[in-house]
Amino acid sequence: MALISRHGRGAAALTGTAIAALALAGCTASAEDTTDDATGSSEAPAELTPVSVQLQWLTQAQFACYYAAADQGYYEEEGLEVEIIPGAVDIVPIDVLTSGGADFAVSWVPKVLGAIEQGAAVTNIAQIFERSGTTQVAFKDSGITSAADFAGKSIGSWGYGNEWELIAGMQANGVTLDDLAGGSTVQQAFDMNAFIAGDIDAAQAMTYNEYAQVLETVNPDTGELYTADDLIVIDWNDEGTAMLQDAIWADAERLASDEDYAATATSFVKGTIKGCVYAKDEPQAAADIVTAAGSTLGTSHQLWMTNEVNKLIFPSTSGVGHINEDQWDSTVAMALDTVNPEGATIITTEPPETAYSNEYVDAALEELKAEGVDVMGEGFEPIEVTLNEGGE
Amino acid sequence: MRMGRAAAILWGVAGVLAVVMLWEGYKALAPADGIVVGDVTVLPRTTDIAMPHVWDMVTRLFEPVTRAAGADILWWAVLQAAAFSLGIAAVGWVIGVVSGMGLALLMQRWITAESAVLPWVVLSQTVPLIAIAPLVRRWGSSIHIGSFEWQNWMSVAVIASYLAFFPVAVSALRGLKSPPAADIDLFRSYAAGWWTTLLRLRLPSSVPYLLPALRLAAANAVVGTVVAEVSIGLGGGIGRMIIEFAATASGDPAKTWAPIFGAVLIGLVSAGFVALIGVGLRRYRRGEVPA
Repeated sequence: MALISRHGRGAAALTGTAIAALALAGCTASAEDTTDDATGSSEAPAELTPVSVQLQWLTQAQFACYYAAADQGYYEEEGLEVEIIPGAVDIVPIDVLTSGGADFAVSWVPKVLGAIEQGAAVTNIAQIFERSGTTQVAFKDSGITSAADFAGKSIGSWGYGNEWELIAGMQANGVTLDDLAGGSTVQQAFDMNAFIAGDIDAAQAMTYNEYAQVLETVNPDTGELYTADDLIVIDWNDEGTAMLQDAIWADAERLASDEDYAATATSFVKGTIKGCVYAKDEPQAAADIVTAAGSTLGTSHQLWMTNEVNKLIFPSTSGVGHINEDQWDSTVAMALDTVNPEGATIITTEPPETAYSNEYVDAALEELKAEGVDVMGEGFEPIEVTLNEGGE
Repeated sequence: MRMGRAAAILWGVAGVLAVVMLWEGYKALAPADGIVVGDVTVLPRTTDIAMPHVWDMVTRLFEPVTRAAGADILWWAVLQAAAFSLGIAAVGWVIGVVSGMGLALLMQRWITAESAVLPWVVLSQTVPLIAIAPLVRRWGSSIHIGSFEWQNWMSVAVIASYLAFFPVAVSALRGLKSPPAADIDLFRSYAAGWWTTLLRLRLPSSVPYLLPALRLAAANAVVGTVVAEVSIGLGGGIGRMIIEFAATASGDPAKTWAPIFGAVLIGLVSAGFVALIGVGLRRYRRGEVPA
């Protein structure tokens, strides 16, 4: 085995070249694309305050408010340079916020209530979505018409805190997790294949995303796309177990101690609400902005999502972003009462007073109303969107 | 030699054809609901959603990603994403190989270091990737040294290197210790120091152990890169593309396979790079051993 070569140097040089080539490929390819996450203006004047917001999922029209606000310069008008950070599978927005990785975070209220009880000092400063987009969908021939029919069926859920409305809805109908086929919900993937194949009888579906995914799929029996007539939709808003979803969260300690941050919070909320109003009035343009920001969703799917998200925001009861006390209280009550698969509730005690504050959003709404921005959307009419195969 | 190369290419093409025929054959012959034993599906469904035709997947590659104005043709988008991920995997591989070699040298030089470090090296691989990925990103994002700012892609490269260093460290250590006692004694009788012994004896004889480890490291770096991209949400690479395209898994199933082809391509290219290194080191390749 022992071997000493006089020609070793040439060989080493060749190897070295290969390694260097690999390393170079790494540097050039990566350097170009690292700006992917950054949005907003790159030539912003120096006095703009840099702000970052952590989203809870990939770039898509669910977050049209933020992308539209950045694209239309609404944040800049407020003196902010906003970096929108898309989420990912293992990114928990509230963890990013509390660890200082972002100035604000977008997350669902029940998930954050759990985090607050675990010690996260965060405040809901604007409830962007007034209504819940979560539904459970089933095919008409499944015999499911309400949550009461879930017993003995396989019921899909994404878990990770996305299941609370489903469990609350089942609880309200006297169905426990033990009653389900398999004794628990079925873990759902990022697609609806298991539902369409029949492995899941009722699948979790956001009105703005997975529900549309089903409608973009060809029904092998007819050769046409599935239609709304093929499906039963159990809407938690109608069932009375809807919980508050997309809200903007801020660091509670910084709000209390840092006046600049508190002022930034108002400005950020103001710009975002203006972005929502833009998406309401110009859904096609807003969808295009999101696509341009890096989303690869099909064009009809993107427009559908924009339109459905508009429905969750408008018409607004008390101005976009204002946290309605009755909705907050009912979300908290369900969080105290809903029992997860491990037998625990989301929270065991009432959240602290700092868990939400209308101070910032109300200030923002005041300014927007003075500017003549329609923050109520009373006359809001959703558009009709035709979905194409594959969302194209 | 030339005959051998032609035969190798033929065998390669035959291999791809065999996979295509297996895919289409199973799709044509097996029931639509797959092969079910009792209540358990042991082989997959054969519907167009679960298993699109090979030609549909290929045709899809030549259509635009979306109908949005200015959208890239799918194969071009996949190629760009693959190049991006390959670049990060390469950085991760280099970091992994350098640190793996460093650890192996440390462990070879001092027996105490081996007892102290080796268990940790093994333990490091039992920590699940999904646990460390968000941590690496969080730690990284708080690094600011002068004008240097930690970028997300660096977190992905670090995670890739975390998977890549392990086979290198373990195999290099075995390789460095592989010269027989007689050779070591010969060097000692010539009064050769540790450095001379390392350069002239231990490193050359570690090559047969090292090359398979480099291949493993390359595969690990690619897997680590793709998984870490999914995990921490770095845009631009194959990993994120897989998640993004999942939305069309039912409506446009052929599209979801495109990034998987991209991942295969990365694997082939990185294996090719390691083979090149093997060519460079062919003088030392005597009786290669599995890592």
